Amino acid sequence: MGLEIESNMLNLEIAGISLRNPAILASGFLGISQAIFERIFDEGAGAVVSKSISKYPMEGFRNPTVVVLENKSYINAVGLSNPGHESFYEEVSTNDKVPLIVSLVGSDPSDFEVMTKKFNKSRIIGFEINLSCPHVQKLGMEVGDDPQMVKSIVKAAKSNTTKPVFVKVGIGNTNLIDISQTAINAGADGITAINTIRAMKISIDNFNPILSNKIGGLSGSSIKPIAIRCVYELSKKFSVPIIGCGGVSNWEDALEFMIAGATSFQLGTAMGFDGMSIFNSINSGILKYLKKKGYQSVKELIGRSHKY
Amino acid sequence: MADHTNTDILRFVRIKKVIEETPTIRTIVFEDEYSIASMPGQFLMVWIPPIEELPMSVGIENVESCKFAAVTVRKYGIGSTALYHKQVGDLIGIRGPYGNCFSVPENLRNALLIGGGTGLVPLVRLFSNLLHDQIQASLIMGARTKDEILFEHKVQELLADNNLSDTAAFSTDDGTYGFNGSTVDLAESILVSKKFEIMYTCGPELMMKGVQKLGERFSIPVEASLERYMKCAIGICGSCCINDKLVCRDGTIFDSMNLKQLTEFGFSYRDKSGRPSYFVS
Ligand SMILES: Cc1cc2nc3c(=O)[nH]c(=O)nc-3n(C[C@H](O)[C@H](O)[C@H](O)COP(=O)(O)OP(=O)(O)OC[C@H]3O[C@@H](n4cnc5c(N)ncnc54)[C@H](O)[C@@H]3O)c2cc1C
Ligand SMILES: Cc1cc2nc3c(=O)[nH]c(=O)nc-3n(C[C@H](O)[C@H](O)[C@H](O)COP(=O)(O)O)c2cc1C
Ligand code: FES
Repeated sequence: MGLEIESNMLNLEIAGISLRNPAILASGFLGISQAIFERIFDEGAGAVVSKSISKYPMEGFRNPTVVVLENKSYINAVGLSNPGHESFYEEVSTNDKVPLIVSLVGSDPSDFEVMTKKFNKSRIIGFEINLSCPHVQKLGMEVGDDPQMVKSIVKAAKSNTTKPVFVKVGIGNTNLIDISQTAINAGADGITAINTIRAMKISIDNFNPILSNKIGGLSGSSIKPIAIRCVYELSKKFSVPIIGCGGVSNWEDALEFMIAGATSFQLGTAMGFDGMSIFNSINSGILKYLKKKGYQSVKELIGRSHKY
Repeated sequence: MADHTNTDILRFVRIKKVIEETPTIRTIVFEDEYSIASMPGQFLMVWIPPIEELPMSVGIENVESCKFAAVTVRKYGIGSTALYHKQVGDLIGIRGPYGNCFSVPENLRNALLIGGGTGLVPLVRLFSNLLHDQIQASLIMGARTKDEILFEHKVQELLADNNLSDTAAFSTDDGTYGFNGSTVDLAESILVSKKFEIMYTCGPELMMKGVQKLGERFSIPVEASLERYMKCAIGICGSCCINDKLVCRDGTIFDSMNLKQLTEFGFSYRDKSGRPSYFVS
């Protein structure tokens, strides 16, 4: 990583965790291997979120699981494939340098109790509860749309770990503000917004929906304006940190999220288009902007749009 | 308007010809300018709607002296069997080509190529290129049994067109054709009396591991084309990882230096869920 980007102008804290910069790898991107986490960290990411981990291993859906669209966007229905919490606990057991957030997915509070208890012993910096995967039945969004369930899950997680617990929300049937309020009341230390949005791609050549699951989640540039709106609304309403996610492709997008009210931001899709060096290029872009405009720290930009 | 220059975006091709290669292997030929421009070792993601999408090495076939793209598929599970049964006129979806390709060092004088099964798709392409560039090449082609020897006819034609000291040798696990034993044993018997500047390999991983070991023993650089479970092929899902590398993006071809660092090579791979599984020899 370039020396220039080691600058403390990019340092910040979220829910008591110190990060060297605000650029975080979003859940589901290269998120199952400790060796890859280390590589992403060496490429400049401020933190890394794992693939959403469930109690037992999941194979996910058959291919095609990802469709590439024209406008720097994907629709995916990977189906939350993951090695399960016991195997993943072993995977990260050697972690000693990566600020790793473990994303968890489950269908009832006991899943989260078991998993948070287990990973509380790992060298990770926190948890992200995925309440918003839009394409797997009885997991993610289906759980996130049930306020009583959200409350019990967040409580179950919080009572089994001393590490911060973020809750990842999306565009489901329940109002984003209401579900975030429920999560915060139950003890969530921050909100990640947003997950992918339910979407489809159908072939005009053979009339088939392309994904094997037919319906998937839209990510990338197409969802950025929606994600910006969500971050703006959430950060105006709540005092816990909001982590922006959805369509960050360059340093301008990243700053837009922070100015909308995000304390830091996650990205995934853009790495597919530009490779892992995107973390360095976004961080150096932000740094140049800060220097040019005469700011001392990226923190000064958080929520700057709110007063207008 | 759709962006037809972005090769990650699915495109449809109509099957022009189907070639019966062995009792279990067929070559599916179609028109695609991007595949024709691909290099040996690169692969496509092939969608067999609505059943499965699979990685397949890109081949080149000459039909009526025109170049066409092709994939050569062995029927195995649901996806490959569905592709195997496709017929002339059917539509399949493709994206790519993906991955890097075998590198041919400048001034290379000779090379040993060791392939097994459908791993011969990129190797026979490479063999053809080497012959074209007047680089002396020896090809070892392995199969389980005589009937499953792939591309023999094609290779004999290539050799007939060349007057250099190029060779092809066959090995079968059951001894029904050529050398009785593994391609690695055959390679070893050749290496004791002849020096090669590089070895290229593609096929079952334990075979390639054997070639890597030969490379170390005889001090010959090796390039191997690896396979891992692929979902996206564009470097986002992580399912194809081997140590800190992504086979779809950083590979599929790795050289000796890299192979040495890849402790999972010939040792473990991840299943569809991402859990480690282990090769058994
Ligand atoms: C880069 C690359 C190039 C390949 N080139 C060829 C080729 O030219 N010809 C050929 O016949 N085969 C090739 N394969 C193998 C092929 O992709 C399939 O693995 C094989 O056809 C079996 O698929 P299936 O759906 O029939 O089997 P299944 O019964 O569904 O699966 C059997 C096994 O096949 C493998 N497999 C299945 N799906 C995938 C996938 N998406 N990615 C990787 N492995 C998978 C797994 O090991 C799995 O356990 C290649 C694989 C890779 C990674
Ligand atoms: C292939 C793929 C897999 C994903 N897997 C997960 C996941 O397991 N858990 C989760 O919370 N979000 C998952 N997401 C959503 C991303 O974390 C992120 O919220 C979304 O892609 C928007 O960000 P982006 O536009 O920067 O990609 C996935 C997205 C993609 C494209
Ligand atoms: S197949 Fe998805 S990262 Fe390689």
